[in-house]
Amino acid sequence: MEHTKNSIAEALVAKDTTSVSAYVKSGQPYVWLTAAAISVAFIITCALLVLTAARGLPHFWPANLLQASYQQPGSPPVEVLAEIRSDEEVTAARLKGAGLPVAEDQDLYERLLIKVANRDLLGADFRYVLADWLVERSYPKDAVVLERMEWGNFHGFLESVRQDTEVISGEQAWAAYKAAQARADDLRQQVRDIEKGRIGKVNFALERLRLEGRRLQLDGKTPESHPAEYARLEARRKAEDDKYQLLRQELNALNRELARDSVTMRTVDGRTVDIPLSKIVHGHRPNDMGLAGKIGFFFYKIWEFVSDDPREANTEGGIFPAIFGTVLMVLIMSIVVTPFGILAALYLREYAKQGPLTQAIRIAVNNLAGVPSIVFGMFGLGFFVYFLGGSIDRLFYPEASPAPVFGTPGILWASLTLALLTLPVVIVATEEGLARIPRSLREASLSLGATKAETLWRVVLPMASPAMMTGLILAIARAAGEVAPLMLVGVVKLAPTLPLDTNVPFIHFERKFMHLGFHIYDVGFQSPNVEAARPLVYATAFLLVLVIIALNLTAIRIRNQLRERYKALDH
Amino acid sequence: MTGVQEKTPLNRGFDVDALSRDQPNKRIEDQSISLEVDNLNLFYGSKQALKGNTLLIPEKKVTAFIGPSGCGKSTLLRCFNRMNDLIDGCRVEGQIRLHGKNIFDKDVDVAMLRRRVGMVFQKPNPFPKSIYENVAYGLRLAGINKKRVLDETVEWALKGSALWDEVKDRLEDSALGLSGGQQQRLVIARAIAIQPEVILLDEPCSALDPISTLKVEELINELKNRYTIVIVTHNMQQAARVSDYTAFMYLGDIVEYGHTDQVFTKPVKKQTEDYITGRYG
Repeated sequence: MEHTKNSIAEALVAKDTTSVSAYVKSGQPYVWLTAAAISVAFIITCALLVLTAARGLPHFWPANLLQASYQQPGSPPVEVLAEIRSDEEVTAARLKGAGLPVAEDQDLYERLLIKVANRDLLGADFRYVLADWLVERSYPKDAVVLERMEWGNFHGFLESVRQDTEVISGEQAWAAYKAAQARADDLRQQVRDIEKGRIGKVNFALERLRLEGRRLQLDGKTPESHPAEYARLEARRKAEDDKYQLLRQELNALNRELARDSVTMRTVDGRTVDIPLSKIVHGHRPNDMGLAGKIGFFFYKIWEFVSDDPREANTEGGIFPAIFGTVLMVLIMSIVVTPFGILAALYLREYAKQGPLTQAIRIAVNNLAGVPSIVFGMFGLGFFVYFLGGSIDRLFYPEASPAPVFGTPGILWASLTLALLTLPVVIVATEEGLARIPRSLREASLSLGATKAETLWRVVLPMASPAMMTGLILAIARAAGEVAPLMLVGVVKLAPTLPLDTNVPFIHFERKFMHLGFHIYDVGFQSPNVEAARPLVYATAFLLVLVIIALNLTAIRIRNQLRERYKALDH
Repeated sequence: MTGVQEKTPLNRGFDVDALSRDQPNKRIEDQSISLEVDNLNLFYGSKQALKGNTLLIPEKKVTAFIGPSGCGKSTLLRCFNRMNDLIDGCRVEGQIRLHGKNIFDKDVDVAMLRRRVGMVFQKPNPFPKSIYENVAYGLRLAGINKKRVLDETVEWALKGSALWDEVKDRLEDSALGLSGGQQQRLVIARAIAIQPEVILLDEPCSALDPISTLKVEELINELKNRYTIVIVTHNMQQAARVSDYTAFMYLGDIVEYGHTDQVFTKPVKKQTEDYITGRYG
């Protein structure tokens, strides 16, 4: 008896704990394998964010200005005042191949990319220099960086400031410049308000009046047959014209005020340049800034980047219109795709007779998700823009012809194209949500005298709403990152007006818009100033990721609230 | 253990004296009748699930269907409010008359029928809404939206299902936070809130513990004063305890139907006797 008991106890003790097969059987390798997979995914996500941030954000940091003499053997020395952008090790052979007189005995040279600015004087903002030949280095406290409306940045020293007729130089010059700059900023803001806001409104009204006049003509009404209508139109046009003239005068006065002040700058190689303050965005002395000042400046530049309009072929200024366009397009897309997808899924799951035909339709819908996005772009262009938009123009906007209104790419068509692109995702997710609602709850509702429609509306749809949100989240993630189809149906390099403004009807579906994804492509590949554009590409990409994260987090929050509310039963 | 458990020992003998029945000698045909099942055949595709069932269900009494699994008792129950309509390939011949009107007629509004013939399912299935909204669900469907009427009816229904004292302070809490027994009583409250004539109970206690079962059974005894109750149960003690009439079904046939006392103590058919004495089933 004792013996049997012992043998049972012995059988319980694992005999083989060291062999490979025992290790595989223990399940440990699978734990490691799965953990490794998720770690890689996580690390790649982080790396993506860190890389784009690390490459993009330093662009906004006010780097110190290095003054030095560049003494290339065999050439006259050149004075430079520049930011160091990057450095790298280059072999002597390569430099020799590039025609530089480097010594044979040294294998590697340190090559710097410096930003010398002053594009109007030197021809290029950036140049490569060898660190060894950059001598007499110093960081003068009074070196100034001016960001200009045109020609990029200016590096130099402040000679004097001319305020009206008074010329200030020496110690007080910087303070005087600061005051003049503040005044110019203020005036420029007023100019912008008038140009974009009030004159924009008048132009909008004038364009409408022109179209109304054209419509009268198309209706066969001549000034002879309908004098009253023409007179009323003329009176309104005159009122708008008068308004415009007044604004024009106001604008001229402001521009005269703005042109009053100027600064005289001296470049590092001794040339003096007069720059009117109206052409300066702002100026700073990076070598004179403390750490706190630099951090403040950094955030100011980032704020400018996300809130300003682009300048200089998108290589300067901000990207606000692109952020705005991206978010608005995704919102319109969501508003279209959600009800459309839910209705389609409801029919497929709840009403359609489940058979081979339904199954075929379901497969077709799922396959739509695999169609390359550019194909959707082609469809959008052919169907929405040319066919639908063209028909709308013929029916409702004959007075605008030959200029198209809806018969041209615009934000509405872009949103609809993306809605089509993301429709399968919403349908599939909703269908799965509907399939998960327990039969017992449908029966409960029906047994209380609800019709099928009432059951769907009061019980099934609310409970399936988290699944619908999941579909929407996936749709947003896909739509916000899509670029290729948009190029065909509404995105442009630079849109003069936002699709949303204060002119009735406030939202202008026919307008073209800017998009972060396209902006990255444009700045990265179409920019005339590659070196200046590179950090902007990263910064824009970083921002695009942030925008998508923000949109997704909003949707996820809503979904979690719905989930909490309609917690499914555990059976 | 509760008194009910003590009174009905597990040897399947029944304490007949405890089953106090009113009018034990009155024939079914003499009662006022709520539902008449007339030669009802039901097919799932080509398989026949109910075979020429004929049955009278008296008003304001408890009628129990017993029988082994798959005998068709739930199928028959689900015919009374046409829940079988939802099943693809389900076909019905014959009639069920509710107060003389055939419920399978083309002009019958199924939603109206279900309002008059309420149903409670095997597993408690409250909606993921508040307790209050669960009970008010059928009322809102009927177009009642006045707060005062809703409040009164919800309170009345919850009292009627003996749940009011347990939930009156948390009517706005989710119904999913209640225990299984409470949920089942909530579902009964939800069914009686729209004041049906008939309540169908499809194994209402099979997912409940003994104490909850006892409460539901007491509730059934209360409810029969106002409603016609039809109950399907696996548990023969339960059928003996709560019902006035019992039908024993086997393979789609109604083998025996009569007063519960008679069916359990002096069954006419051999099959019935075998089943209730546990010789097979």
